[in-house]
Amino acid sequence: MIDVARGAGAVSALLHVNVQVAAQALVWHDLSVSEGQLTRTDLDRLLSFDSVSMVFPDGTHALDDVSFDVHAGEFVTIVGPSGCGKSTVLRIASGLLANSGGSYELADDNLGYVFQDATLLPWRTVLKNVELFDELRGGDKAARRSNAMKTIETVGLGGFEKHHPRRLSGGMRMRVSLARSLTMSPQVFLFDEPFGALDEITRQNLNEEVGRLFKALNFAGLFITHSIPEAVFMSTKVLVMSSRPGRIIDSFDVPFEYPRTSDLRYDPEFARLSGEISMSLAEGH
Amino acid sequence: MSKRLGMLFPPVAVFVAFVGLWYLYSGVVLDEARRKITLPYFHDVVDQSFLDGENRGELLGATWTSAWIAAVGLAISIVLGLLFAVLMSQAKWVERSFYPYAVLLQTLPILALVPFIGLQIGFGIKARIVVVVIISLFPIITNTLFGLKAAEQGHHDLFTLHDSTRMTRLFKLQFPSALPAMFTGFQISAGLAVIGSIVGGLFFGRGAVDLGNRIQLYVARLRAAELIGAIMLSAALGVMAFWLFGYLRNYFTASWNEAE
Repeated sequence: MIDVARGAGAVSALLHVNVQVAAQALVWHDLSVSEGQLTRTDLDRLLSFDSVSMVFPDGTHALDDVSFDVHAGEFVTIVGPSGCGKSTVLRIASGLLANSGGSYELADDNLGYVFQDATLLPWRTVLKNVELFDELRGGDKAARRSNAMKTIETVGLGGFEKHHPRRLSGGMRMRVSLARSLTMSPQVFLFDEPFGALDEITRQNLNEEVGRLFKALNFAGLFITHSIPEAVFMSTKVLVMSSRPGRIIDSFDVPFEYPRTSDLRYDPEFARLSGEISMSLAEGH
Repeated sequence: MSKRLGMLFPPVAVFVAFVGLWYLYSGVVLDEARRKITLPYFHDVVDQSFLDGENRGELLGATWTSAWIAAVGLAISIVLGLLFAVLMSQAKWVERSFYPYAVLLQTLPILALVPFIGLQIGFGIKARIVVVVIISLFPIITNTLFGLKAAEQGHHDLFTLHDSTRMTRLFKLQFPSALPAMFTGFQISAGLAVIGSIVGGLFFGRGAVDLGNRIQLYVARLRAAELIGAIMLSAALGVMAFWLFGYLRNYFTASWNEAE
């Protein structure tokens, strides 16, 4: 309970935008403790894939019998070779793509989604980009402006509100993309290999930033990446996907405490776990 | 300052060389009688077309008429072009139905069509405006349609994730993302509109006198200096129209367009 209280304090100090989600997390923790349950329950399952398969109209068999759950408080990363269907998992989870077999459930459609590209509208300023989702949902102008300003501050881009995306670096654009999704206070956050095009230092900084937000805001994350160190650094659980048709062939719990700093990357346990995942990936390739 | 001079120098040098060749041809190849009715000296063109008060008045009045005919025709083309492009972008069957005719409009030899237009709607201002519309419509349709359809899939996904309506997607995504292509279409069409206005004037003489009418008259009367003056003003009008839409494109898109 102490940890939970500290987490809630961090929320109010950092953001003030996700009180509802934080409150839900508190309720869940209370239930778990009072009932003495250590295993995850249906109650906190936010995303669930049950034997999902995907065959595209051109006959490409992208996914085969993919099953996994993402619970509240979890940050799950899927690693796998190029073209194995990782992004297809996210597109199905978000409803952008209809699966051809199996079923999936999403507890709430308040979904954060960060794409491979920052997908900022180039004619809009940073502020107007971050306001976009509230605007599309018909939010009140003053409220959406204030919400956007807060999330821009949260991702460390205060002062850049009036800049157009062309004047920002790749890392800054990704921060704007993050801020845009944060305005929705998502319970589930999907990340489709968002940092793959960035340089290593920026990528590591953003890994830490997302880890910080994950703990502060209590969203559940589903992250796609090629990079095993990135997967281990960010996640509570790593799923390994085979080459096409993609199947979940292995699952690894990641035991490290948050907040995670760059020192973790030099931890022998980090190296051992990365090695195990790497071997699993090679076997499934 | 020196950079600006550096940018100005090449076109100015070409112009000076061009005028030099002009003097050479007029002075060496042509005798005085032929020079007067075919290619007078550059300074005679300036003198008779622009320094002579009466001629200058005639030419500037005609330029103004050609300019507003081009502007009205272009405005109609912009409205029609945007309308057709939007409809085509929203429904494949509309595109399939109308696009071949838009292409046909572009490939029709306008000079063959102009007398037919006169037979249908008379030989006045209205016919000249129709010529402008026919000649300037296609680039607006194609460029706008291209722009509307070129919005990135990732951006469409954002709107899909938020259950956006077709209209929201059109006005908040497709239109803004099409702006650079749209203005390129306007820019091309603006130059064509001026050409259409003058070509129309060559055939349709009723109503206000424009540059096309003047050109007809000067050719008939062998007034080469004024004819060249009229051609210079036509070119200036076309360049101004092209520049104006280039300026507007920059004004609306330069701050964000990666390609600028």
